[in-house]
Amino acid sequence: MTAAFLSRGGRSPVRPVKVVASVAAGVVLLLVLPYLLAPYQTLLLTYGLVMAIAALGFNLLLGYTGLLSFGHSAFFGVGAYAVAFMVKYLDLASMELFIVGATVASALVTALFGLVCVRYTRIFFSILTLALSQVLWSLAFKFFWVTGGTDGLRVPTPRLLGRAVAASEDKTTFLVHAYYTYVLVLFLACVALMWVIVNSPFGKALQAIRDNETRAEFVGVQIWRYRWIAFMVSGVFTGLAGALWVPLNGLTTPDILYWPFSGEIVFMAVLGGFRTFTGPIIGAIVFNYLKTYAVGFTVYWQLLLGVILVTLVLALPTGITGSAGQLLARLRRAA
Amino acid sequence: MSLLLTTKLTKHFGENRAVDGVDFAVREGQVLALIGSNGAGKTSLVNLISGLLRADSGQILFRGVDVTAESVHGRIRAGIARSFQLVNLFDQLTCLDNVALSIFAREGKARKLFSLAGRYRGIWEEAAEVLHRFGLDGKARMLAGGIAQGERKLLDVAVAYALHPRLLFLDEPTSGVSTREKAPIMDIISSIVRSQGITAVIIEHDMDIVFNYSDRIVCMHQGTILAEGTPDEIRRNESVTTTLIGTPAS
Amino acid sequence: MGIILIHILNALLYASVLFLIAGGLSLIYGVMRIVNLAHGNLYAIGAYVTAWVVGQWLVGAPTVVLYLLIPAGALAAAAAGAIIEPTLLRRFYKRAEEYQLLVTFGLLMILEDVVRFIWGPYPLSASVLWSELGSIAIGDALYPTYNLLVIAVGGVAAAFLWVFVYRTRFGVVLRAASQDMRMAAALGINVNRVYVQAFTLGCFMAGLAGAIIVPSQSAVLGMSVDALILAFIVVVIGGLGSLEGALVGALVVGVVREAGIALFPEIELALLYLIAAIVLLVRPAGLFGRTA
Repeated sequence: MTAAFLSRGGRSPVRPVKVVASVAAGVVLLLVLPYLLAPYQTLLLTYGLVMAIAALGFNLLLGYTGLLSFGHSAFFGVGAYAVAFMVKYLDLASMELFIVGATVASALVTALFGLVCVRYTRIFFSILTLALSQVLWSLAFKFFWVTGGTDGLRVPTPRLLGRAVAASEDKTTFLVHAYYTYVLVLFLACVALMWVIVNSPFGKALQAIRDNETRAEFVGVQIWRYRWIAFMVSGVFTGLAGALWVPLNGLTTPDILYWPFSGEIVFMAVLGGFRTFTGPIIGAIVFNYLKTYAVGFTVYWQLLLGVILVTLVLALPTGITGSAGQLLARLRRAA
Repeated sequence: MSLLLTTKLTKHFGENRAVDGVDFAVREGQVLALIGSNGAGKTSLVNLISGLLRADSGQILFRGVDVTAESVHGRIRAGIARSFQLVNLFDQLTCLDNVALSIFAREGKARKLFSLAGRYRGIWEEAAEVLHRFGLDGKARMLAGGIAQGERKLLDVAVAYALHPRLLFLDEPTSGVSTREKAPIMDIISSIVRSQGITAVIIEHDMDIVFNYSDRIVCMHQGTILAEGTPDEIRRNESVTTTLIGTPAS
Repeated sequence: MGIILIHILNALLYASVLFLIAGGLSLIYGVMRIVNLAHGNLYAIGAYVTAWVVGQWLVGAPTVVLYLLIPAGALAAAAAGAIIEPTLLRRFYKRAEEYQLLVTFGLLMILEDVVRFIWGPYPLSASVLWSELGSIAIGDALYPTYNLLVIAVGGVAAAFLWVFVYRTRFGVVLRAASQDMRMAAALGINVNRVYVQAFTLGCFMAGLAGAIIVPSQSAVLGMSVDALILAFIVVVIGGLGSLEGALVGALVVGVVREAGIALFPEIELALLYLIAAIVLLVRPAGLFGRTA
């Protein structure tokens, strides 16, 4: 690594104008996609964007705070079931209310789980998150008269901004156009919000805690309080993703509370590169495609996932974005 | 009145009496050197006062207030800060970030999560100023993990200094650094500490540094204070010269 | 009176199995400072292999032979461990903890599907061994004799381990290595050999737990993660890295669970988590543990 590269904090000099222009172009492209792609592809992308929000939330803990959670399925599920309960027990249909409900529910659950989890060393933290999410999963089964058990709960298409599926519109068109755009806007808002958070003083404090817990304490940062807040923010993002997911899927079942789903979220972040901001986003979208095509090939999908995860950790620990960045830097130096 | 006063401060690790009933006092404005052979209890004493360890018994009074049961956070708020013998920095953040974080924490702004850190101009300017004082300007945007050892030792002190402490503990600020670099590092630290009127306690093994930079020396041995006094008094103290490995240069 | 004794026996039964699983996890952590998230899968492998050998492959063989074959599962788990450690895990001892957790989690996913691939998604049982021994009268109730066998195996294993760790040369090496690996290496101990031996022993214990319990409850998918979480609760209470801790923790969990089932069947799992949470709050390193 050259001295010049290091002196820029290891970041390449990119002019702000270029960044804004390419982001704007990307946003415009994303907005018009439903008109360019087949409906199935747009649906797939919608799922991808939803998972990207979940992965983005997850990575606040892993990439920025150094805490590896194996229990994020719990928050995704809380968001999804919150929506399902609002449909079943409160007879609501407004997407905005769903979002509020899911946010409140995930905030409560993450606050509670966080109180237990964040005080402890990393190994204990990881297994505790797994354990607590399993508790939630088993509760979803035990109280089947409330949660619908293995059959799950159905969620019909919601009203977006007061406008329901019009009589002439079929569900697919609604999902592909109106719902996709709704999710896209929320996705962009989440990305922007998370970007502010990781670049805030709080974000710097989290990274300090990640890098050197002792020193962070001796600089006056109250470790467990900051971790707790990060835990809640992380969980709420994932809960929001769950809420956005359930109208797409039409149904919520205990599967999304089960640990393999947490594993998928972890996998997304590692695949994309958990040490960068965009890594989890790219990882989630790529993973979504990967899963859709692979599930068609084999039922031993978890085996494939496990093998890729192990390979990633062995050979490409910086994931897609990290490796791409290193490749670019090498090419730039050679040029 | 002493800035810091410990009374019968004790810490045992099983059979080992690391700190054994120590009465330690520091006057405001002093630069005090804490010496003693390995295992004498110097670092344990500093760990007890800074809050890394809980005392088994005894009392710590800082500015007249009992901080014995106070958390690390509380002690920092009271005005105690420390650097570390084995450099403790945020390696994946830039040098500027490292110092800025201290300032954000000091100002109570570290918990702000909905505003960009870059907006707090004053804090970044102050951080740059601190780096400048420590001679680290050129490294501002380099990752702390990527700079030389001597610079890391200075940065470690800078991070503690940025907290504007009343009492600063420096745990072997020149250890692990070549002999040639020691004096320049101590010159920087010493001039900053004295010009700002910060009371400092320096743990040091290098006797040249001890005699050249401190106003007062406290010598520990096997968990207790063996002797204390001005550099001249200590130089002439036989029990000190016999218990320490190597006699002081005259 | 008889009922109380039955509850005690049930608690001991549960504790026996948990001690083997958690003890294996703790042993591995004590020596290598690595928490193998796939540890529960080795328990599952022990259960599946034994159930398959006894219930399918050699079904119909004389019952005595079948009993002697119970440890097959333990041996299979040990073999798996002996392969996994040097090929996969050893590279991660020097790396950041996240990577260790990630790779063992990947291993968990792989082994879960490998088990499903080999033995299918349906439960596998070896209940013939359980029913063969009949029941024994305790008070007015009948208690499965096989359960007593499991408790005995647990007790023998604990005693054997104690002798092994504290009275043999290998045990001394193990304890030295767990306290200071570099020092041990400097004294001429073959560190790599200690690693694979310790890991294999830990896996053997987990596999043995699965093997001896499978006649009484079938091998099912998902038992791996359940076992991992229970083992975790045990080491939280007893402390990670300590065999005494695993024993005490297992007994506590066994008793609490049995009391919970008897009094409040619904909240059994929640009660365990509550105990774990309380212990964590009061003594973060567990009762005997060291979280260095």
